[in-house]
Amino acid sequence: MIRVQESDFDVGQEIKKLTQGNHAIGGVASFLGLVRDIASDEEISAMTLEHYPGMTEKMLAEIETEANRRWDLDASLIIHRYGRMDPGEQIVLVITCSKHRKAAFESCEFLMDYLKTKAPFWKLEETSEGGKWVDARDSDDTAASRWLET
Amino acid sequence: MKILYFAWLRTTIGKPLEEITPPETVKTVKELLDWLPSLGEDYSIIQEKRDLLRIAINQEYADLDQKIEQGDEIALFPPVTGG
Repeated sequence: MIRVQESDFDVGQEIKKLTQGNHAIGGVASFLGLVRDIASDEEISAMTLEHYPGMTEKMLAEIETEANRRWDLDASLIIHRYGRMDPGEQIVLVITCSKHRKAAFESCEFLMDYLKTKAPFWKLEETSEGGKWVDARDSDDTAASRWLET
Repeated sequence: MKILYFAWLRTTIGKPLEEITPPETVKTVKELLDWLPSLGEDYSIIQEKRDLLRIAINQEYADLDQKIEQGDEIALFPPVTGG
């Protein structure tokens, strides 16, 4: 399942909803991304996430399908927020459920790595000097490239 | 065809989307990127930041040699920074 939304979410509730009634699930892995207040030594007062409605949903769905092709998952969820957020707020949540922990851990990491390099989101940080678009990091490309199938 | 701009491309060009009519000789993504700067001064960013640009056709990532068609939804944007 994927969700792109402006509003906040409750991690506990989401895990509960995803696992409810499915007793084949033996392990749940999750990643929660938060807005930081410091980046490149500069203080950030807020962050705005812009995205490409339509393509965002399409890419997230493709990434989730790919994770389900590679691992035996019983359930998965990606939530990504857009709009303006304060430091400390939740931006992104990935949950993966499987019979055993290995598939859950690995697919959760895969989903985050792929999402960071493929989903069309852009961060604008508000600093004392005004708005700054965040640069993409090579380390994110490196992280995603290790999942390439040979 | 419709073209969308995001992040600093949107703020530099000054609009989120527009309808464009490239000449018939423009058949590929590469040719479109060559032609767009002719639309005005604000579009020179496309030339300056060309190596950074990502292109999508109908909401799928596209390569430079990919063909463009009338009615396509084209999008130009910087490398993504979500998550």
